[in-house]
Amino acid sequence: MPKDTTIRKVLVIGSGPIVIGQAAEFDYAGTQACRSLKEEGICVVLVNSNPATIMTDKDIADKVYIEPLVPEMLKEIIRREKPDSLLPTLGGQAALNLAMELWESGFLAEQHVRLIGTTAETIRKAEDREAFKETMEKIGEPCAPSQIVYSVEEGAKFAEEIGYPVVLRPAYTLGGSGGGIAHDRRELEEILSNGLRLSRVGQVLVERCIAGWKEIEYEVMRDESGTCITVCNMENLDPVGVHTGDSIVVAPSQTLGDKEHQMLRSAALNIIEELKITGGCNVQFALHPESFEYCVIEVNPRVSRSSALASKATGYPIAKVAAKIALGYHLDEIKNAITQKTFASFEPMLDYCVVKMPRLPFDKFLSADRTLGTQMKATGEVMSICTNFEGGLMKAIRSLEQHVDSLRSYDFSGLSEEELLGRLGVADDRRIWVIAEALRRGISYDEIYRITKIDPWFIDKLAVLVEMEEALERGPLDRELLEEAKRLEFPDEVIGRLAGLPEGQVKSLREQYGITASYKMVDTCAAEFEASTPYYYSCYDGYNEAESSTGRKKVLVLGSGPIRIGQGIEFDYCCVHGTWAFAREGYETIIVNNNPETVSTDFDIADKLYFEPLTPEDVESIVRLEKPDGAIVQFGGQTAIKLTQALMEMGVPILGTQAEDVDAAEDRERFDEILGKCGIPRPAGHTVFTVEEAKAAAADLGYPVLVRPSYVLGGQGMQIAVRESDVEEFMEIINRIEQEHPVLVDKYLMGKEIEVDAVCDGQDVLIPGIMEHIERAGIHSGDSISIYPAQSISRKAEETILSYTEKLAAALHVRGLINIQFIVCQDEVYVIEVNPRSSRTVPYISKVTGLAIVDVASRVIMGETIRGMGYTPGLWPASGYIAVKMPVFSFEKLQGADVRLGPEMKSTGEVLGIARDFQEALYKAFLGAGVRLPKHRNVIMTLNDEDKETGVEIGRRLAKLGYRIFATRGTWKALREAGVPAVPTGKISQESPNILDLILGHAIDLVIDTPAKGAQHGRDGFLIRRNAIETGVYCITAIDTARALAESLEHAGSQSMEPVNIAG
Amino acid sequence: MKAFLILEDGSVFEGQSFGAVREAVSEIVFNTSMTGYMEVLTDPSYAGQAVVMTYPIIGNYGICREDMESLKPWPDGFIVRESARMPSNFRCEDTLEHFLKIHGIPGICRIDTRALTKLLRSKGTMNGMITTREDWKPEEVLPRIRAYRVEHVVERVSCDKPYRLPGLGKRVALMDFGAKSNIMKSLQTRGCQVTVYPAHASAEEILAARPDGIMLSNGPGDPKECTEIIREVGKLYDSGTPVFAICLGHQLMALATGGDTHKMKYGHRGGNHPVKDLKSGRVYISAQNHGYVVDMDKVDASIAQVAFRNVNDGTVEGLRYLQKPVFTVQFHPEASPGPRDSGYLFDEFIEMMGGNA
Repeated sequence: MPKDTTIRKVLVIGSGPIVIGQAAEFDYAGTQACRSLKEEGICVVLVNSNPATIMTDKDIADKVYIEPLVPEMLKEIIRREKPDSLLPTLGGQAALNLAMELWESGFLAEQHVRLIGTTAETIRKAEDREAFKETMEKIGEPCAPSQIVYSVEEGAKFAEEIGYPVVLRPAYTLGGSGGGIAHDRRELEEILSNGLRLSRVGQVLVERCIAGWKEIEYEVMRDESGTCITVCNMENLDPVGVHTGDSIVVAPSQTLGDKEHQMLRSAALNIIEELKITGGCNVQFALHPESFEYCVIEVNPRVSRSSALASKATGYPIAKVAAKIALGYHLDEIKNAITQKTFASFEPMLDYCVVKMPRLPFDKFLSADRTLGTQMKATGEVMSICTNFEGGLMKAIRSLEQHVDSLRSYDFSGLSEEELLGRLGVADDRRIWVIAEALRRGISYDEIYRITKIDPWFIDKLAVLVEMEEALERGPLDRELLEEAKRLEFPDEVIGRLAGLPEGQVKSLREQYGITASYKMVDTCAAEFEASTPYYYSCYDGYNEAESSTGRKKVLVLGSGPIRIGQGIEFDYCCVHGTWAFAREGYETIIVNNNPETVSTDFDIADKLYFEPLTPEDVESIVRLEKPDGAIVQFGGQTAIKLTQALMEMGVPILGTQAEDVDAAEDRERFDEILGKCGIPRPAGHTVFTVEEAKAAAADLGYPVLVRPSYVLGGQGMQIAVRESDVEEFMEIINRIEQEHPVLVDKYLMGKEIEVDAVCDGQDVLIPGIMEHIERAGIHSGDSISIYPAQSISRKAEETILSYTEKLAAALHVRGLINIQFIVCQDEVYVIEVNPRSSRTVPYISKVTGLAIVDVASRVIMGETIRGMGYTPGLWPASGYIAVKMPVFSFEKLQGADVRLGPEMKSTGEVLGIARDFQEALYKAFLGAGVRLPKHRNVIMTLNDEDKETGVEIGRRLAKLGYRIFATRGTWKALREAGVPAVPTGKISQESPNILDLILGHAIDLVIDTPAKGAQHGRDGFLIRRNAIETGVYCITAIDTARALAESLEHAGSQSMEPVNIAG
Repeated sequence: MKAFLILEDGSVFEGQSFGAVREAVSEIVFNTSMTGYMEVLTDPSYAGQAVVMTYPIIGNYGICREDMESLKPWPDGFIVRESARMPSNFRCEDTLEHFLKIHGIPGICRIDTRALTKLLRSKGTMNGMITTREDWKPEEVLPRIRAYRVEHVVERVSCDKPYRLPGLGKRVALMDFGAKSNIMKSLQTRGCQVTVYPAHASAEEILAARPDGIMLSNGPGDPKECTEIIREVGKLYDSGTPVFAICLGHQLMALATGGDTHKMKYGHRGGNHPVKDLKSGRVYISAQNHGYVVDMDKVDASIAQVAFRNVNDGTVEGLRYLQKPVFTVQFHPEASPGPRDSGYLFDEFIEMMGGNA
């Protein structure tokens, strides 16, 4: 059937802020779908609270609302825009839940808005545990024995019946939040009571534990005619028990015979048919490793992280096709964009092996529990493509950027055999390294399988890699061995290390033997049909099919790799916009990236896509083939910046700001020199290498001091030290990883933080806006609430900031983007950090000012001038809107992670509140970040001494709003002395009822806990904060955030919310 | 051991020998299925051909004898990128390598199967030779390779004499042109009593048993070579007995009723081919294995109507005959390997015979 012409205006809901379990994949899906709808002449109205996304750009949709994803806002937008349809399947669980709420309330019917792409009935059947079970029973698809429970007693009773262990899955939660495996009654009570609270409908499924079975996923598409296809199947290396988002996943499945595969494939089609899904759907199965028995684990009636992965793994654009199906098209009417010959009604065939690895945040949260379970913990992922599994795994490992490049990267050789066997039983992010060690010790495949339940096929593949390590150590490194090592994707550096040769010598040996990477195309059809879409991966065992082409100027854009805390989707935004800008000017564009969740790795963004690790060796192979005229490193975050030196050595010109200038900003001594020359002050500081030097520096500067490694992003490892023991501790943590560069020790200034993004053409500087942070210095800028335009700095300070920005841009010879962070302390302006590259705030500031900064920067890089493009240098006029960027955290997903904010970034995403006045913008931002107060009007305050004065005033305001304040002794005293009513409460160590009982009593809205600065060893604060987070209580650790919240609450009652269309 | 694959156009792929060490000249065809190498190897339709698997890692789940589609493997050679060194599956009884060895099938691995596939795609199916001789001379081997023809293969793969399979329902005469065992199983699970006839059986012999329906199986080779069989199929058509035909059977029926077939450039072999049911508009993903196809423009509209069409290249995938209860498909509703989406066609056949599916 052709397009349904009654669909003219479609509302698309995005997924909101990036949190663990809901990340960049929805920006990819949403962007692709919006473009696909626009292509059909549909007017697209987009709502998403996340300003860092590409989908919220005004050129992606016709109307763009960066507004909180809450029913009242959606209703307002629907009343105003009057869309005829709502497409809810592209924004993950967030969008689906919201659409359901609007539908259930009757609002959609009242407004004559229909759901397209799915029906409310379908969503209910797939998402509601009970309805799902019934549906599966009806069509004879087995589920693990399970029961929906509404109370702990009910759950315990059922668990006794089916026997422990049992899996607990709360209904309607993100990434399995609040779920887990309970091995006994005590664990059941703990997990279940929490799960019941987190579930939107207070339901939790208790089911037979099928941990240890194979976990297999299918991505299925169906159109309105009933045509169903599977795009791809995927096998998890980690058996059932580890969330698929945290598993190593391979596509297609490797250990299933055709009978098993077809059985599950037929079941998946059966399910999508019964659910009458029109669009895409993900079905997860558990398959018994020793029989044909299987169970359906879960069905997601929407695009998902897995569908993004499947799209990139096969070249089949699931979101795009799903959008077309929603408009009424049939699969056989939609062209396969890759072959241009075949249609969307076929199943991709792979002639390569795809490996996905999760990017886990344990480098950021040293105290967090590394065990992987049913609760997803990864912030992002990498994907690799190779002709063999071993090579795919090796590529994926080095794509992680976690100081790992082989199965030798974690050393478990010190463990006794008993300890090692014990470690094998722990499913954590290092398990494949533990298995490798077990293989080195000669522990049998059977034994490893018995403990891990990882299929022996995968264990054997790890053994192949271990054997290669040993062969390389033994030598001699002849042609045959080197060829085989490269086929298995051992990097030259690792080969050199094992063979006892410098990397350069391995490389020249390779050149001598003519062993070079070839590139193969991802074409959806295993070469059966001709394909023209240039989407490539490398291998060492075949002919090269990538042709270096055209007479056009060619630019290489280095991507930003996996999403991690500190380097998020913002950099993908910059890469994509940069690529588009270069393409518009007639350049041939080439993207190199390894993140399957992002827009940049969609095959139609650049002229060519190389899906490859971002290491010097991998990039050099591409450079040798493509011979680009230049490379862009300033958009891809630290990942790309780190490649600068290597690119220069390959002879690739760095476009825009030069490497030595980037280095000047990072190298403390050179930077000081520049500051001195420009007459710009910065907090006093020293560079050090050892603990002793650090202590001496701190003593010289006077505590508190800021300690941090140089050349990192997101303030990794940055800490405030208030005493000598802190310095010792922080230095020890930093030096756990060998530092190439010195550690910086700076005087800590408690002032107002200001941030500026700017474009410089070498002469003039264009500054889109000045942003001010609500939290004073000491909280990482990415974790601060940021306001545009700055609200509270003096005219004089503003002028100083502008002048410093101009001076610094000039002194660093910036061509392109620069980001500068200042501290304003008693009206004095200090520079604390300069990054001559794109920053986290670029997308947000672009959207609120309407100035396409990446585009301007790209054109500057290509040689245009700011004046030449018609812009007036200096500060861009304020837009008339106030925008508040609010960080969003995923602490509830990371057991054991400390919630306390500091100089090291911890947030995973952000939302924007935009309005004509500050109060409304702030209110929207809190709302968008999921802070919905009040429920109980109870707040707990426990403040450090320096915050007491400010805290008391906040307490007074909260009390006036009708909040009952519970406070620990010191805070209570301060409140009482100031005449603020409060209830004293005991510390955790004191007898019940104490502060912990209060939190666990589920009657608290908010915890304001400001810990003392410096290293913390007290467990009390940590426990309070963790318990608050884990019971869903909003927890604030910075006094300035608390003040902003109080202010927002004061205005909440009278607050009207006006949606703002930024594309208007 | 080194091995070479030499194609008739002179291209040479150097790889490693696996399976039997033997020289083989054959027609080289590629299959894009990612699973199901066991079913592919034992599908009699590959008689006279050597198969390239486009998926790069083959043999992962070893050999499961119950997945065999006939009693032995048929291809003259097996070409893969990587042969799994350690298979893993609860049903695994043997390794691929050993299976090929005991059945005398030479294999070559560690070659760039994608480059080979692209070559076959652009130049069309070619003959080739697998050898472990390092001293081969082009002038000696190329003429031999070029001279090779896939001939008399149906006789090789068909059974010698009729035999009956137990069943209580409709009586089906299955003409074995190289039938995959899942055709028998698909009929048996629907209760049919199946009598299997060799390819050379006469129509009279078959009709004398008064079957409720006749099934024409898949099989190897050029359909036009089977002139005698075509004659007998024509008689079966005339008898008015319900007929359901698959693959070669479909082509033979077309030829018997005045249609024509031709060799395709590189055929359809894999498990992802979309076929559209022109009546319902619904598309099914099908398993396919054929190098010949029924000519679209020579189908007599008064005799048969196109019922299924290939979504990718528009070729005929199924014919519904108008004057007789005859229905034929080019693809494989019995799957094995491949999707089972069109298995319902066996139910339709039961209905054609007046039974209840």
